[in-house]
Amino acid sequence: MGIQEELNTANFKVFKKMGYVVKYFLKNKLALAGLASILIFSLSALIAPVITPFEPDTQFFEGLSLEGAPLPPNSKFWLGTDLLGRDLFTRLVYGARTSLIIGIAANGIALFIGAFLGIVAGYARGWVGTVIMRFTDLMMAFPALLLAIALAAIFQPSLWIVALVIACVNWVQIARVIYSQTMALATSEYIEAVRSIGASWPRILFVHILPHLWPTILVWGTLGIATTVLLEATLSFLGVGVRPPTPSWGGIIYESQSYFLDAPWLVFFPGLAIMALSLSFNLVGDALRDALDPMKRGRN
Amino acid sequence: MLSIILKRLGQSVLILLGVTLITFSLSFMMPADPVRMIAGRSATKATVESIRKELGLDKPLPVQYIKYVTRLAHLDLGRSYKQKTQVTELIKSRLPATLLLMAGAIFFEILIGIPAGILAATQRGKFWDNWIMAISFAGVSMPQFVLGLLLLYLFAYVFGWFPLGGYGTWKHLFLPALTLGISGGGWYSRMVRSSMVDVLCQDYIRTARAKGLSELKTVLVHGLRNGILPIIAMIGLDVGIFMAGAVVVESVFGWPGIGQMAWQAIQMVDIPVIMGVTLVAAIGIIIGNLLADIVMPFVDPKMRVE
Repeated sequence: MGIQEELNTANFKVFKKMGYVVKYFLKNKLALAGLASILIFSLSALIAPVITPFEPDTQFFEGLSLEGAPLPPNSKFWLGTDLLGRDLFTRLVYGARTSLIIGIAANGIALFIGAFLGIVAGYARGWVGTVIMRFTDLMMAFPALLLAIALAAIFQPSLWIVALVIACVNWVQIARVIYSQTMALATSEYIEAVRSIGASWPRILFVHILPHLWPTILVWGTLGIATTVLLEATLSFLGVGVRPPTPSWGGIIYESQSYFLDAPWLVFFPGLAIMALSLSFNLVGDALRDALDPMKRGRN
Repeated sequence: MLSIILKRLGQSVLILLGVTLITFSLSFMMPADPVRMIAGRSATKATVESIRKELGLDKPLPVQYIKYVTRLAHLDLGRSYKQKTQVTELIKSRLPATLLLMAGAIFFEILIGIPAGILAATQRGKFWDNWIMAISFAGVSMPQFVLGLLLLYLFAYVFGWFPLGGYGTWKHLFLPALTLGISGGGWYSRMVRSSMVDVLCQDYIRTARAKGLSELKTVLVHGLRNGILPIIAMIGLDVGIFMAGAVVVESVFGWPGIGQMAWQAIQMVDIPVIMGVTLVAAIGIIIGNLLADIVMPFVDPKMRVE
């Protein structure tokens, strides 16, 4: 059998398995709700100018009361205004862009670094593996939020810098999970067999090991976005996230924190948005994990 | 047993050295020049140079690193740029507040997480299970600062049951500890549930039921003893998560711990304080991991290595 043919049958098997997974996933109503909410968030971030008639940076004269206080939700400003008289709803819709871009980019980079290092360490083992895994041990001992804060203080944070900073601290968990799985696979009998008939290492890695790692990568890819969204919001809340005037949900709360007893909507609505987006990714990721785990599929 | 502990202890020292290497490099990458921060804006060039020499910042990097580690070994973390006091003293005065908050948080975490997890596991797939799991997911998806601000608004401002932040009585501790406890409790309930689900499927549980033990006794005596093990290890491994939570929650509630100090230091680019807190947090994490490693074989015979 040629390589191409073999790959095709492998793909076919994966698709057949994917059928079960999709079927099982679709049974989970919470996960479907999460998926729907992710789609709504992504769509509104994409077509933000269509959804809201205002610009995120416009400071409305009528957006503040006569005493200069922000307005509560009303018919013109649906979710009220912020301390500078800007429309909160508009800022939340544009803020979804920030959260989603950072969530997907940062987690994508983290996933790539983590999976790459995990596979290399798990497959090569020896001193390369030892060096990589001792480095992840070191990173585990480093308080992630403080490291992110220190990095964000060094590099004046723009959108992409924040994404990179988050990726720098979030790859560690993924690397450890992928490492232990790769190592278990690489020392298993079927890999021994493949190697003994003379398969080259790229072939072993890409054809015989990587397909088994995709479920893990998929699950961590989804759950990781939830963590990333929270971390981005936290960094912005601490004042080391994306710089104003770029709207970010955590940043909106940071700006209005001193005023929040009088204007609780300025904390409540962005907080709800952060939670909803993070919860959606958590629900989908959790359902994917159950669906992809054959041990759990029968039991739960 | 002793040799394993010693080996882990050795590894911990190596990891700690690695951490100091990272903090050392980070403080060099900081945009603010430490000499300028101490000398102030109006200092002359000669003063700047003499301070640089006094601090040893004109020596080559490896020499500076060795000096840095030697100073750390003498518990000298340098002086705060802003407050002009020793960072060690600052941390010493603020650490008890953070440890108190941590104790309160662990109390709530266990109080919320373990009963919720047990209930969910025994009701698997039914009403309570679904609701507990949904709520726990909402809890872990909620940023701690939002949760803290909401609790503050509701229970301190609207109802007036608790003070609006600060330090002193148990009433001051309640809301910040609850904030950390709710998000941690969310994770714990999920872990207890999955571990209890595994345990409750075991043969010995069926035997316990078959010999006529009450369901309560079966679950709490025979089930929980094994189901709880991952949680014990988890508390030790959670120190890092607590430290991150402390930075956020302490700044929301004005709790005078090292987290709040770190946050204030970030706003003023007070590098020695940031690095000091980072080091203390790293030491805390390493001790937590070590404790988990040492305690686990005592509570779980399966983990005793020959």
